[in-house]
Amino acid sequence: MFARRLKRKCAVDEEAAPAYSLQHQSLLDMSLVKLQLCHMLVEPNLCHSLLITNMDQQIQEEMTQDGRWCMPVPQTTGWASRDLLVSTGILCCCTWEGVHPAPEPGDLASEFHVVPAVQAPGGSPGGVWGRDGPRENRGSLHKSLDQIFETLESQSPGALEELFSDVDGSYYDLDGCYYDLDAVLTGMLGSAKLSKDGLDHVVDILVET
Amino acid sequence: MVLQPSERHYGDWNHRRLGPWCSPTGSPAPLSCETGCGEGSWILVCRLLVPTQVSLLSMEEDIDTRKINNSFLRDHSYATEADIISTVEFNHTGELLATGDKGGRVVIFQREQESKNQVHRRGEYNVYSTFQSHEPEFDYLKSLEIEEKINKIRWLPQQNAAYFLLSTNDKTVKLWKVSERDKRPEGYNLKDEEGRLRDPATITTLRVPVLRPMDLMVEATPRRVFANAHTYHINSISVNSDYETYMSADDLRINLWNFEITNQSFNIVDIKPANMEELTEVITAAEFHPHHCNTFVYSSSKGTIRLCDMRASALCDRHTKFFEEPEDPSNRSFFSEIISSISDVKFSHSGRYIMTRDYLTVKVWDLNMENRPIETYQVHDYLRSKLCSLYENDCIFDKFECVWNGSDSVIMTGSYNNFFRMFDRNTKRDVTLEASRENSKPRAILKPRKVCVGGKRRKDEISVDSLDFSKKILHTAWHPSENIIAVAATNNLYIFQDKVN
Repeated sequence: MFARRLKRKCAVDEEAAPAYSLQHQSLLDMSLVKLQLCHMLVEPNLCHSLLITNMDQQIQEEMTQDGRWCMPVPQTTGWASRDLLVSTGILCCCTWEGVHPAPEPGDLASEFHVVPAVQAPGGSPGGVWGRDGPRENRGSLHKSLDQIFETLESQSPGALEELFSDVDGSYYDLDGCYYDLDAVLTGMLGSAKLSKDGLDHVVDILVET
Repeated sequence: MVLQPSERHYGDWNHRRLGPWCSPTGSPAPLSCETGCGEGSWILVCRLLVPTQVSLLSMEEDIDTRKINNSFLRDHSYATEADIISTVEFNHTGELLATGDKGGRVVIFQREQESKNQVHRRGEYNVYSTFQSHEPEFDYLKSLEIEEKINKIRWLPQQNAAYFLLSTNDKTVKLWKVSERDKRPEGYNLKDEEGRLRDPATITTLRVPVLRPMDLMVEATPRRVFANAHTYHINSISVNSDYETYMSADDLRINLWNFEITNQSFNIVDIKPANMEELTEVITAAEFHPHHCNTFVYSSSKGTIRLCDMRASALCDRHTKFFEEPEDPSNRSFFSEIISSISDVKFSHSGRYIMTRDYLTVKVWDLNMENRPIETYQVHDYLRSKLCSLYENDCIFDKFECVWNGSDSVIMTGSYNNFFRMFDRNTKRDVTLEASRENSKPRAILKPRKVCVGGKRRKDEISVDSLDFSKKILHTAWHPSENIIAVAATNNLYIFQDKVN
């Protein structure tokens, strides 16, 4: 029902179908593919992933502010996965109104290539550093996080101290800074205090993998 | 896999062992870079090529017995990709030139000594030493491979007959000692002529060995390994002017090391937020001030530069100066942040200026003015209309480096199609040159290149659509005192020299 109504609305304004929104959607699709590839690399490039995610957020914010969003018809565009479109559409979905302003020159028509979307993995587009994913993925993500926390917190404090007992005991925190788990894991400090932040970081690492 | 120098074949390289190095206290050549970067004045000195490791294996070893490291993690193009040069650096006198590649190797070239008989060979660089700096590793906690690619090489100032350099991959920094040996002890009477240990009961005298001359051998030994200090990828290393410490920077942290201590480092910058979802920018490059050992700068993915003073506090989370240029609203696009991300930051030799490289421009900043750069140079502004395509093929994430010449009057950076650009800060002239086999004959003057951005293309121009984006000059180096430059193009290293020089 939802899709059919949008389809009728799009049909009415087909001539004014926004190349602008098409660009937005295609950029988002392209970005999601790149982020998925980041997960497959030897080790994700944090800078790379962050820039892509920031750009995605900017696009989504602009689409939300514009208040104009038309879900394209999958058959004509050839996008492979409607689930992916829904995931981004949930963030920016709103009824189509009026004519879009003309797109900016230079980059849109001639230089633009539509990238077929691929099935999103269980993680989130910004999941390189543990950001929440699309709504339909959050249930499974929360479940896995709960399992991880349960596993970690079931460890006795003695076990953790034993794990880090061979770390150098010298302490050179001149500023009284409190080092979290990742610094301890790198074997640099002796005071291996495991904080909740440390657990979060371990979760981040596990989620990234 | 470690290839001994004797097993290597370097194509058209001249792999010769030179005589003992000159006194470490010898003075460098007089500064001769006042001629600027005038058009038509650069010549190719030599082109150095690294053969693929696979071809070496097939020549030297039986296929059944060759060692393949982590082959299950590599694709079919491992051999050629390993030879791609990933960093280039002259030493402080310019006599040595070090390159690192994706295969974790370091190759050091030495400048040909001046000879009356072969004047034309002055300025050529020959292989001096090669060694395997880093090997691929496996992070069992993350189940991810740690690449052996050499991200950066930095030389230490020479203090004795040996040379020292730092090399780093994504996780580990190593200090290497490169030294010459031209004598060996002979005369031991503990072994027989075939090298077998003699029965101690048959030895009645103890002969003192004598040092005798031998063929010059250059050996590289790892003296320090600085490991396990970085959770994220190391992008920069910088030797401090006190020559006792250095820093290593990754995406979120900067650590300060003492050369003598490998199991500890000071964390001096930490921008990791408590909640990683709040992460908005990362560290992209960092460098110490050339003269003030307490000062350093680091750049970010948002196009900002922070100058920090280590005397202010142990953890330099608060910058002393913050350099940022207001965004031009007319150029704003979705890709604005990506193209504003700084890929390289370099202090001038004088220490008064900072140079930054982002995707489209090179900017020069005065340390005394934070609100905008004093100079901006357009490297390849014709790509501004192609950003979407460049985003699609990932070229928009390429990290170009930039370098100063010895007198800080000229800056150089790379581009696509094997082009590299020079900008004369005094005359405001710029030139585009190309590093390619087809267009470079030894000793021939390099012809300036030009990109046609629209309209009718002239005969010697190349159109934007014809540019080869797979051929990119990311790494360049400029001799500290002469107009000699090293340009890395994939697995080729070009040495160019100013003809006037």
